Amino acid sequence: MKTLLSAAAAAALLAAPAMAEVKVGMITTLSGGGAGLGLDVRDGFLLAIAQSGRDDIEVVIEDDQQKPDIAVQIADEMIQSERVDVMTGIIWSNLAMAVVPAAVNQGVFYLSPNAGPSQLAGPGCHENYFNVAWQNDNLHEAAGAWANETGYTNSFILAPNYPAGQDALTGYKRFYEGELAGELYTQLGQTDYAAEIAQIRASGADSVFFFLPGGMGISFLKQYADSGVEIPVIGPAFSFDQGILQAVGDAALGVVNTSQWSKDIDNPTNAAFVESFEAEYGRLPSLYASQGFDTANLLLSALEVAEPSDADAFREALRAAEFDSTRGDFAFGPNHHPIQDIYAREVIREGDVFTNRIVGVALEDHADAYADECSM
Amino acid sequence: MSAILIIEQVLNGLQFGVMLFLMAAGLTLIFGVMGLINLAHGSLYMIGAFAAAAVAGATGSFLLALAAAMAAAAAAGALVELTVIRRLYAADHLDQVLATFALILIFSEGTRWIFGSFPLYLDVPAALSGPVTLPGGIDYPRYRLALIGAGLAVAVGLWALTQHTRIGIRIRAGENDREMIAALGVDIGRLYTLVFALGAALAGLAGALVGAIQSVQVGMGEPVLILAFVVIVIGGIGSIKGAFIGALLVGLTDTLGGIFLPEFFKLFMEPGAATQTGASLASMAIYILMGLVLIWRPTGLFGARA
Repeated sequence: MKTLLSAAAAAALLAAPAMAEVKVGMITTLSGGGAGLGLDVRDGFLLAIAQSGRDDIEVVIEDDQQKPDIAVQIADEMIQSERVDVMTGIIWSNLAMAVVPAAVNQGVFYLSPNAGPSQLAGPGCHENYFNVAWQNDNLHEAAGAWANETGYTNSFILAPNYPAGQDALTGYKRFYEGELAGELYTQLGQTDYAAEIAQIRASGADSVFFFLPGGMGISFLKQYADSGVEIPVIGPAFSFDQGILQAVGDAALGVVNTSQWSKDIDNPTNAAFVESFEAEYGRLPSLYASQGFDTANLLLSALEVAEPSDADAFREALRAAEFDSTRGDFAFGPNHHPIQDIYAREVIREGDVFTNRIVGVALEDHADAYADECSM
Repeated sequence: MSAILIIEQVLNGLQFGVMLFLMAAGLTLIFGVMGLINLAHGSLYMIGAFAAAAVAGATGSFLLALAAAMAAAAAAGALVELTVIRRLYAADHLDQVLATFALILIFSEGTRWIFGSFPLYLDVPAALSGPVTLPGGIDYPRYRLALIGAGLAVAVGLWALTQHTRIGIRIRAGENDREMIAALGVDIGRLYTLVFALGAALAGLAGALVGAIQSVQVGMGEPVLILAFVVIVIGGIGSIKGAFIGALLVGLTDTLGGIFLPEFFKLFMEPGAATQTGASLASMAIYILMGLVLIWRPTGLFGARA
């Protein structure tokens, strides 16, 4: 087991075992094809903990290998033998669904730095569950809103055939007001999009919306750029985040994508975050890193007020969200999901690095569509 | 649905098929000649793509990248054959599956250790980028046409190698009766290493060629590996010709199924449900094809052994 202890905390443990200490369990993806996301969340989280200077917080980190059964096993161990107070870290919605409901029912607090499945925002919401990133539909809804604003009236939309993919298309259609030139479900993990691109070419669409996270998006964008189809593309930030833009290269230049975070959001917290992250890890932060960083700062702000052992006071402190977010304004809605601005960004090149620049606000103070179904 | 779209999709199916053939050819040779189930074949594909991305990044030359991909994959293949696989020929298939699965994990984490967790950049060479207009007004990516050409060239080369050269005769002989050709004085150990390296080089070549239009990342080989197994089961284990026909069948079925099945369901369902049902059924199409072929010919289309 990889346990990260600050040296001071280790010394404190040896000297005074009775000292109050907060134990955080982080389950995230650190191996396999999705490891880049987990690494960014972990690094952002640990950066905030290190900057707080607190030596009484112990973070236990485990790799879920992107497998639900392994995540469940680790969660059981963390809750029952490690006795963690707070859990965080899960990237994928299917893993979150396997771990979170059981964890919060055992009295642990769970702060989600990424996954935001609709079930946990609606009927399955829980007083100990807080999502610091977004509800899954949010960025897609913003893409739909931005398409209206740009004047697109005939979109071709595609996503993988799995729950988050279906949510994506639903989210886009919830806000998009134009016609659909076509609607396609691809296979999860598909790497060749020649057939889909041919259909897009033949469809007469004026815009293409796609949600293809990870390697799927890299493949799609490279093949799309090479096909000579000129229809503008729009998508959520997942296919344009800092970790994968360099692998997409020129093919992504100029594409508009929607995100709750961007490295050029103008506030002192964000500027300091971007600078210190780059100094510490030698790469630009991604939106996942910003989510990890914000999650840790939310936790730290609540710990200033109350200990997790005093569950009611600690929960109230979390709900208040009295921390400086990298996103600027940040508040929780009634279902403990963010109410926040979602931006439209454009992919640009800075020197030899590809990154994003904000071109407008797609949705202001946006809450999710499931809050009404939540009763707690 | 226009004729142009259908022709374009047939080309897409062919291109997918010939790339599958590069993977399946090595797999079927290794299975046929040595009787070995090599799950790590997908890792060799990944090694090819990573070597190509690294060399293309350092030198800017796509041809050098392809050469590096084949060399790296062949070297990895030969090394694995000499150190691990060699001990497994006499073992039963379950042991082979276990050992080569372990190799997948070792290769994946080793690659992450060297190249990191983020996908690498590999692009098509400038000379082959962009679309080309074919007769009939079809815009088709130049690089994909080149892939079809490269795949067919390798198929012809492999056919010539196995049918018309001494080494090819030995490979075929080894497939039929390994004790007998060992008794005839052929160094069977060296032959096996050679076949393994050849199969690995083909997988590496496929990884590099496909990597240019896809994502070069850890774990990229495993989905292709599964399809390659479907191909060799359809084609008949050990048969290069079977692998070729099987790969084209799988490529065309997968591509055209993805297009026509949703259209078919739209005839009698509402569009949203039709797309979803069609997409689900399309992802099963190649396995249904495999089932039908096996009912008709239990040893595959060109399988010799009972």
